[in-house]
Amino acid sequence: MNVTARPLQPDLQDLIKPDRVHGSLYTDADVFRMELDRIWYRTWVYVGHESEVPNAFDFVMKSIGPQPIIMTRGADGQVNLLQNRCPHRGNQVCTEPRGNARKFTCPFHNWTFSSDGTLQATAFADGYDGQDLSALSLGRVTRVASYRGFVFGSFAADGPTLEEHLGGAAETLDRLCDTSPTGEVEITAGFLQHRVKANWKFILENETDGYHPAFVHASVFKVTESGIGSLYGSKSTALTRDFGNGHTELDLRPEFRLRDQPLSWFGTTAERLPDYVAAMEQHHGPDKARKVMIDGTPHVMIFPNLFVAEIQIFVLQPRAVDDTVQHVTALQFKGAPDMNRRLRQQTMGSVGPAGFLLADDSEMYERTHRGVLSRDPEWLYLARGEHRERVDADGFRVGHATDEVPSRGIWRHYRQLMEAI
Amino acid sequence: MGMMLVEPDLLRRVEQFIFMEARLQDTHEYAAWEALWDDDGIYWLPANGDDIDPEAQMSIIYDNRSRIGVRVRQLLSGKRYTQDPKSAIRHFVTNVEVLGQDDDVVHVGCNVMVHESSLRGETTWAARTEYLLRPHPDGYRMARKKVALVNNDKPLFTLSFLI
Repeated sequence: MNVTARPLQPDLQDLIKPDRVHGSLYTDADVFRMELDRIWYRTWVYVGHESEVPNAFDFVMKSIGPQPIIMTRGADGQVNLLQNRCPHRGNQVCTEPRGNARKFTCPFHNWTFSSDGTLQATAFADGYDGQDLSALSLGRVTRVASYRGFVFGSFAADGPTLEEHLGGAAETLDRLCDTSPTGEVEITAGFLQHRVKANWKFILENETDGYHPAFVHASVFKVTESGIGSLYGSKSTALTRDFGNGHTELDLRPEFRLRDQPLSWFGTTAERLPDYVAAMEQHHGPDKARKVMIDGTPHVMIFPNLFVAEIQIFVLQPRAVDDTVQHVTALQFKGAPDMNRRLRQQTMGSVGPAGFLLADDSEMYERTHRGVLSRDPEWLYLARGEHRERVDADGFRVGHATDEVPSRGIWRHYRQLMEAI
Repeated sequence: MGMMLVEPDLLRRVEQFIFMEARLQDTHEYAAWEALWDDDGIYWLPANGDDIDPEAQMSIIYDNRSRIGVRVRQLLSGKRYTQDPKSAIRHFVTNVEVLGQDDDVVHVGCNVMVHESSLRGETTWAARTEYLLRPHPDGYRMARKKVALVNNDKPLFTLSFLI
């Protein structure tokens, strides 16, 4: 970002109230530029999963906001997050989506870089006699950290650690990994990239909005025997939760515990996935395995861009104020092939550009974006369930499954980030 | 693959079938379109390349016959909002070639462009499409339809009409 070009700053206290936000926050290009500075290029952002670069010299193209990021596994086994920009004259050094490469060679003047970004060699090196080029590496994301295999990057040299940032939401990733019979999830099935002409925050907020499924997804509930619909009714015992730091959850466990059936969360039964069940019992012991298989995987939105949606993950990538890509793939559990096939099949049916669920969600994102370009009323009203919002035993705000606890939590954190200098 | 010598009548028959299928898609005649599928039909739109393994990697669509039925019922439900209002679409089908043939099945390839006008705006889709068609008393039944979008490795807008 060019700091001198920083736009006039909107006064956020006039635009973000506890129960409503101003429509311009979704459509103002100046706000978007501020978000890149203060959120995307500062806070911890999810980039990729360690299993996507299992071997030394593996690389895969990722992103932080509009910027491409090359995630590599170095010779030393460390994961690196590199910028795709030659320090010589700015050319992109990598155009492949993934692969294995001991070095990246810039095609412009043949400078080469190792998989941790270090400059290895220049062409016709006599032209640099006496010069110290050691600082001319590929750009590196300043801080890189991972939690349970999920790799995050932050461009800020200082600030909260990843674990401090994840806070209470870290436990949801533990819960996810517990549903794998090896304690590990893998991201190996390739991503669909679903583009929407809408601001990224509509998507961020919708991921833990339990109010819309009964309506937006009515067609799916009508034509399939999906057990999802009842989770989001007015009688649901499921909870919305605000973990703080912008992380939010739809906690469906109360409903699954009422059903008391292992794998009901996944729309199937223990009898249909015997190998998985046996492996889970082996790993956890029968009692804990049963409990984990009843509770299922989390439905959690880790601010600002990692959505774990029970059986798949979405990675949100804002490219412009009205251009967002949802990168989505099935979760895969290491050591559970019978489970994994079903995870892929269910994911392919429900998400991506032609998905039974996400095509309709994305339609709402685009209509809402166009809607807020109308100037009256100026505000979006986010007060649903304020009267019944409460604090749970862990100190997190919770509400009914259909309440707007998550949106209010997201905006509370957003304002803190945007107002921090 | 070299050129196959094909009797003109066969080429004409498969062309007529493919043009009809395209017309049913353009006019959103979902039930009539579904009736063109054989019982073991597979409707496949690969992602991230044309020759991925759909049993291991994510595809944009990888419907077996039962899921094709769900797709059609959802479109007919009256609540498939992404197609309400329906996209206005026209398929343009060219370069139709018979790529192979035996007693039970004809392998056909073609190039397809689709122009879509929806609430979002105008979108153009381009694909290589291949069929496995089984002869049937009233023409053919689709055993397999693979639509390889030229940009299936890039971010794509919602594609909720039948392509």
